Amino acid sequence: MTSPLQQKLKVAGPVVVTGNRLLDGAVVYRSDDGGWSADLAAATVVTTAAAASTMLAAALADKLEVIDAYVAPVKLSADRQVLPGNLREQIRCNGPTIPLPVSSLQPPASEDVDARDKRRHDEASSWPDLFRPSTPSPQAG
Amino acid sequence: MYIYDDFDRTLLAERVRDFRDQVERRLAGELSEEEFKPLRLMNGVYLQLHAYMLRIAIPYGTLGSDQLRMLAHVARRYDRNYGHFTTRQNIQFNWIKLHELPDAMADLARAGLHGMQTSGNCVRNITTDQWAGVAPDEIEDARVWAELLRQHLTLHPEFSFLPRKFKIAVTAAAQDRAAVKVHDIGLRLHRNGAGESGFEVMVGGGLGRTPFLGKTIKPFLPKRDLLSYIEAIMRTYNQYGRRDNIYKARIKILVHELGAERFARAVEEEWSPIRDGPLALDPAVVAEIASRFRYPDYRPLTDDPSELLRARSEDKRFRSWLANSVANHKVPGYAIVTLSLKPVGGPPGDATAAQMDTIADLADRYSYGEIRVGHEQNLVLPHVAQSDLPALWRALDAIGVATPNVGLISDIIACPGLDYCSLANARSIPVAEEITRRFADLDLASSLGRLHINISGCINACGHHHVGHIGILGVEKNGEEYYQVTIGGRAGEDAELGAILGPAVPYGEIADVIEDIAAAYVELRERPDELFIDAVARIGVEPFKERVYAAR
Repeated sequence: MTSPLQQKLKVAGPVVVTGNRLLDGAVVYRSDDGGWSADLAAATVVTTAAAASTMLAAALADKLEVIDAYVAPVKLSADRQVLPGNLREQIRCNGPTIPLPVSSLQPPASEDVDARDKRRHDEASSWPDLFRPSTPSPQAG
Repeated sequence: MYIYDDFDRTLLAERVRDFRDQVERRLAGELSEEEFKPLRLMNGVYLQLHAYMLRIAIPYGTLGSDQLRMLAHVARRYDRNYGHFTTRQNIQFNWIKLHELPDAMADLARAGLHGMQTSGNCVRNITTDQWAGVAPDEIEDARVWAELLRQHLTLHPEFSFLPRKFKIAVTAAAQDRAAVKVHDIGLRLHRNGAGESGFEVMVGGGLGRTPFLGKTIKPFLPKRDLLSYIEAIMRTYNQYGRRDNIYKARIKILVHELGAERFARAVEEEWSPIRDGPLALDPAVVAEIASRFRYPDYRPLTDDPSELLRARSEDKRFRSWLANSVANHKVPGYAIVTLSLKPVGGPPGDATAAQMDTIADLADRYSYGEIRVGHEQNLVLPHVAQSDLPALWRALDAIGVATPNVGLISDIIACPGLDYCSLANARSIPVAEEITRRFADLDLASSLGRLHINISGCINACGHHHVGHIGILGVEKNGEEYYQVTIGGRAGEDAELGAILGPAVPYGEIADVIEDIAAAYVELRERPDELFIDAVARIGVEPFKERVYAAR
C-alpha cells in the first residue's frame, strides 16, 4: 500500500490532520502544540498542500499515540468555527447520526447489575493463570 | 448446545495470553502498527470510524444462556451497553478500547467465545440454519458438519493466509435459511435416489463488488469425503486464486474465470490423491462430534395445548405475534420462536445489554438455556413449549423484541453503514429506521406479505443488498449519499441477484421510493397472496420502474 506521504496531496480548501488514538481508537486532531486533541476546535487548520504534508509527516512520525493519520477537509463558518468538511468527517467528529440503543429496562430488582458485572469480572480474573498476565512474585528482602 | 472440551478451552486461553502480550508490546512501542494490525485482525479487532470494533464469532449461530450473559457483560463493562448482531452470525461491539481488549477477551473466553477468524484472509465463522436441529424440514442437524469443519479449519496453517477471506455455509433443510448460494462454499445436505444423505457442493457464490451465485461442482458428495473435498477446494483456490488484485481475489472470480467445469476438474485432481487418506471421515469421529450436541429432554407434549388456544382466541396482539414469529418445531408440543431485533425506528440487529440478560433468563426458563442467531439479524429461542408461548410473549413484548414483523417489509437486514464503518460510503441504519417508521402499521406491513429489504452502505455488500427482494445500496456522488435500488433478489434455495431499478436517488428520497415500490406492487399483483418477489419474477422490473420514476 502506498504510504500517505507518497500520495499526492490535493488541498482545495482548509484541512486538518486527523487520526484515531491508539489506546482507545477515539478520533483526534493534530493541534498547534504538535499534540493531539479530541476537540476539532483545537485542530491546526492549514490551506496549502505543503503545510498539510508537513503536518501529516509529523503526525505519521508519531508511532505511539495515534494511528491511521490522514488529511481531512474542514469548513470554516462565518465566525471562524472549524466544522467537519464532509459527512464522514461529521460522523467521526460527532458520532453516529442515530441515537445509540438505550435500554428502557430496569435492572432486575433482585440483583444489582453493577455488582453482578463486577462479580463476573472477578470470576474471570480468578480463572486459570493463562487468562492473566503472570504477576511477578514479590522480591524477597 | 455443543460442549467444548479442554482442548478448546486451552486454545482460547493461550490465544488470550498471546493477545495480551501483543497489546502490551504495541502500547510500549515494541510492535509497530504495521506489525500489530494483522495480529489484532486475526482476533477480530478492527479500527472503525470512532473506535475499535470487536467481532465475535457465534459458530453456527448457537449460543448458551451463559454465553449471552457474557456478551451482555462485555457490552456493559467494556462497551456502550449494546451489541450488534451481524449477517454472518457474529456479534460486534463498536466502542471497545484497545487497552481493555485483553480483559474483554479473557471474559469472553471463559464462556467459550472469541474473535478468531472473524477477520483476515482465512476461513470465517461457518454459518448455518438458525433452526438447525429443530426444523421440521431438515434431514439432520447441519451444525454437526459445521462444527466438524470449524474444528478442521480453525488455525489451519495452510489456510490462514488465503488470497482473500473465505465463507462457508451449511444447510440440511428443504428451505435454505442459511443463504448457502452466496457463500464461497455452500453445502446442502440432502438425500440421493438411494436414500443416502450427502452434500451438494456449491462454490464461487458471493456478493460484494462482483456478485455471483454459487455453482454446483458436486451434486452429491458422500459424507465421508467432506473434509478431503473441502481441503481440495481450498488448495485449488490457494494455488490459483489471485493475490495481485484484491478485487479479483475471491474464489468466485477464479470459478468465474476458469468456468465451473474446469474448476471442478482442478478440484478432482487435487482431491484424488487425498480422498482415501487421513481426511476420509471415520464415522466414529462424526458420531463423537454429534454426541457433544446436547438436545433437551423434551417432555411428551401435544400440539395446540389449551393455554395456547385460549390466548390465541382472546388476544389479537398475541395472535398476530403467533402467526408471524412462531414456527413449527420437529417435536410435538414445541415451537421455534423468532425474537425480532427490528423495532420500529430502531437499528436492525442491535440488542442492549439489558435485553441480552433478559433473553438469557427467558432462554433458561423457556428454551432449555439455548438461543440462536440468524443471518437476518434476529434471535431465536429454539425449544419453547407451546403452552409457554403466552407467558413468553408477554416477557418478550416487555423488552421490545416481540414486534410481529419477522419476514415483513420492516424486518430489514442492514449493515452498520457510515454511522460506524470506515469502509462505508453512505448510511444504512437511518434509512432502515425511516422505512420501518413508514411501515409501522402492522396491518399495512402484513398486507404486503413476505418482503425482504436488505441495505448495504457500500459495495462490499455486508447487508446482502443483491439478494434482498428489495436491495438498497448506498453510494457517494459528489459528496452526497445516494441509494441504488434493486428488486427481484432472493437468498434462499431459489437464489437470484436483484436487477437495478433505475438511477440512484438521494438520501431524502429513498424511503419514498420504497413506499412507491410497495404501492406499485399492490397495484400490480395478480391476487393478494401473490408475493412481491413472485410478482417481480412474473412481470419484471419495468412496470415498477415506470411507476417509481414517473414522478421523478
